[in-house]
Amino acid sequence: MALTVARRLGEFVLAVLVASIVVFALLSVLPGDPARAQLGLDATPDEVQRLREQLGLDRPLPVRYLEWITGFVRGDMGISYSSRTPIAPQVLDALQVSLLLVGAGILIAVLIALPLGTIAAVRQHHWDGALLAGLSQIGISVPNFLAGLILVTVFSVRLGWLPSGGWTAPADDPLDFLRHLILPALSLGLVRGAILSRYTRAAVLDIQREDFMRTARAKGLTPGAAMRRHGIRNALVPVITVTGVEFSALIIGAVVIETVFVVPGMGSLLLRSVANRDLGEVQAIVMVIVVLVLVVNLLVDVVHSIVDPRLRSAR
Amino acid sequence: MSEALLTVQDLRIHSGEHELVHGLDLTIDRGERVGLIGESGSGKSLTCLSLMGLLPDAVTATGTVDLAGEGDLLGRSEQAWSRLRGDRLAMVFQEPMTALNPLMRVGAQVAEIIDLHRGGGRAGAGRRDSSARAVELLAGVQLPDPARAAHAYPHELSGGQRQRVMLAMAMANTPDLLLADEPTTALDATVQGQVLDLMRAQVRDAGTSLLFITHDLGVVASICDRVLILRHGEVVETGEIDRVFSAPQHPYTKALLAASALRTDPTSGRLVTIIDTSDPSDPSGPADSVDRAPAPVARPAVRPTVPTPGPHEVIAADGSSLVFNRTAGVAPLLAVTEATRTYTRSGGPLGRSVRVEALKGVSFDVRPGQRFGIVGESGCGKSTLLRILTGLDAATSGSVTVEGREIVGQRDSRLRWLRSAVQIVFQDPMGSLDPRMRVLDIVSEPLRGVTRDERYERVVELLEQVGLPRSATDRFPHQFSGGQRQRIAIARALITRPRLLVADEAVSALDVSVRAQVLNLLDDLMVEHDLTMVFVSHDLHVVRHACDTVAVMNAGRIVECGPTQAVFDNPLHRYTAELLRAVPRLDAA
Repeated sequence: MALTVARRLGEFVLAVLVASIVVFALLSVLPGDPARAQLGLDATPDEVQRLREQLGLDRPLPVRYLEWITGFVRGDMGISYSSRTPIAPQVLDALQVSLLLVGAGILIAVLIALPLGTIAAVRQHHWDGALLAGLSQIGISVPNFLAGLILVTVFSVRLGWLPSGGWTAPADDPLDFLRHLILPALSLGLVRGAILSRYTRAAVLDIQREDFMRTARAKGLTPGAAMRRHGIRNALVPVITVTGVEFSALIIGAVVIETVFVVPGMGSLLLRSVANRDLGEVQAIVMVIVVLVLVVNLLVDVVHSIVDPRLRSAR
Repeated sequence: MSEALLTVQDLRIHSGEHELVHGLDLTIDRGERVGLIGESGSGKSLTCLSLMGLLPDAVTATGTVDLAGEGDLLGRSEQAWSRLRGDRLAMVFQEPMTALNPLMRVGAQVAEIIDLHRGGGRAGAGRRDSSARAVELLAGVQLPDPARAAHAYPHELSGGQRQRVMLAMAMANTPDLLLADEPTTALDATVQGQVLDLMRAQVRDAGTSLLFITHDLGVVASICDRVLILRHGEVVETGEIDRVFSAPQHPYTKALLAASALRTDPTSGRLVTIIDTSDPSDPSGPADSVDRAPAPVARPAVRPTVPTPGPHEVIAADGSSLVFNRTAGVAPLLAVTEATRTYTRSGGPLGRSVRVEALKGVSFDVRPGQRFGIVGESGCGKSTLLRILTGLDAATSGSVTVEGREIVGQRDSRLRWLRSAVQIVFQDPMGSLDPRMRVLDIVSEPLRGVTRDERYERVVELLEQVGLPRSATDRFPHQFSGGQRQRIAIARALITRPRLLVADEAVSALDVSVRAQVLNLLDDLMVEHDLTMVFVSHDLHVVRHACDTVAVMNAGRIVECGPTQAVFDNPLHRYTAELLRAVPRLDAA
């Protein structure tokens, strides 16, 4: 078991390294010189050259990569070309905001999807099961920014219960933080929840057909008890996989919602860096997102092997 | 003590408009062991499920199912059923691989059924008692190291061990009636024997009645007192097992017994079959049968000239190499020399890989015209060997030649000739045909450079040879029965005019009656097409009939090989003898 964990961690580090090389290489071969981009079109070649030296852009790529990645590991992501301030604090602040938002979104999605998906499956031949299946179908077809706009219209504009945008850090004012979190998290979570509930429904339907569910009933469990004791945990295996994928998708999907709700997260920061043609910042943000996705995958594997004993000995 | 435990009267099972079981009557006395025998579609499994109240949603049962001291069970609420299930009524299912919850320790699964029916109120102490009791029960079904087994997950146990766990679970609360639905069908012969012995002992010691559902008459003979023969949802014959097996009255029972024993007709030398008009002619036609069906089109019954028997040899004690079935002066059609196959299971980019030796140096010849059987239990390497013979997998070392041409180490593109020279018929007639292709396209797919008309003509000719009508060309696989699909698979295999036909458990998934028909068909085709056959099976019975030479495989090696009769009558290797002993026999009752 300990060996398995060590091996999985080794694989994780390897994946991060490979990803970092790809990210670095991609952004380095992009056309456009950061120095030229900052100084504008009327700068003389001399001025551009001086800035290149100052930024270290004249050194060979491998050297720059090593410097970048070792800095990254220490938490130093370099200096922003545009604002001339360290990148790391900005990215970490934005990361904190995004994690809270996406985490809340996934939590809402799971809280919606597990019960509704299960009910939709167990009662598939009844009107309520069919209704739930239909509702989730509608939910999937709604883009999350539209869900966001509808929520804002109803709860901020009409009812005035919640702010339509902005952000408060939880440390500053927990209550105000929650008030600002609810609408964007709901916009993310409702749509993802609809998608996830389809998967949950399918997984539970599959489980109901499994032989061991029949065994459970032959032991004297009622259908409901058989589902609670034997069904749900088995159905969770595929659902966990999808949740992991959804989480990764949400980190990216949050870009739009952060814009709609003026939330200072990774998405907003990424948009701003791209607009400023600040490649250093873009590089750092992309790398953080990549690491985040890999961490989520790692977590999915860990949760999987906790839930499913077959995965513990198979590897 | 002939006190009735279960009385079933006029049990009818409906699925929508269709009636699947037509008024079944059945009485089981306390401690009695009853067999319910039928082929697929006879309604035997549905009957069993209806007695447990576990019929699928769309299927309903009417009539009375009266359990002593309970009254009629049909129409009871789920709650009432759950109280009985696992306590007075228990069941063991066919598929041990999937019948246990994969995420739960085996001991906990056994303990659960105890807790469910015994004092659910006391939590702490009761829970400990029941886990201790679970270990006792696992010891009772003779699992080695029961305490460790209780701690294991199902995937860590073999099929036979899992079926023991299922039995321990079913017997946990000493039920009045144990229902067993084909409990040993998925197991190897030696394991099957052990599980049957165990089940017999357990129900006897507990005084439990048994309803044993199976298609296998040999298995029933070894465990039951009385049998019911079920056909198309109707009991055609019932009685003491000795009487039914020795003096069957209904023509279907007679035919079923003959087909199960692979009995041959003394005049034609062909296997006795149950004539079923629904099979060879119209696929959508009615499925009946014995009484009114005309005799099948009789082909001249020419048994092929049996080639001179090869030597009867056994593996040397030191495992040194020996080419089995080699006859001086005859060029073999297939020659396998020191073939090995080692798999390396990867452990991921950083993991340690594991080496698995599936074949450990196998050498044998097959002469033209031989019917060469390969028998062995699951995991013995017979499937690996078969994949290598057919060029679907490459041997790690050694040599395999077909008509003198080497196939080991050749690239796929150089093995085109092999694909027409060697053809396979697979086990599963449901899965091996593309469900979206018409029979014409399925059968003719291997043909290259042939005009449309010729293609059609050759397909029709072959379909007729395998006993299917011309109209079959336009149909899809799902419109045919299992036996018919296997005929289609055989036609597909023969269209390239192969020299060697490899049959991989080709009749294992078929009902006994259909099995005899397909074996007869293979017999005829061997002669008509001048074929050589390699017949892989776990079923010794079938190999005994179908093959003139047999090789017995165990743990990646051939341990014994020789003329079928000699090997069966006088096994030289300990493993062969063990294997032969484990086969349930009709006359064991």
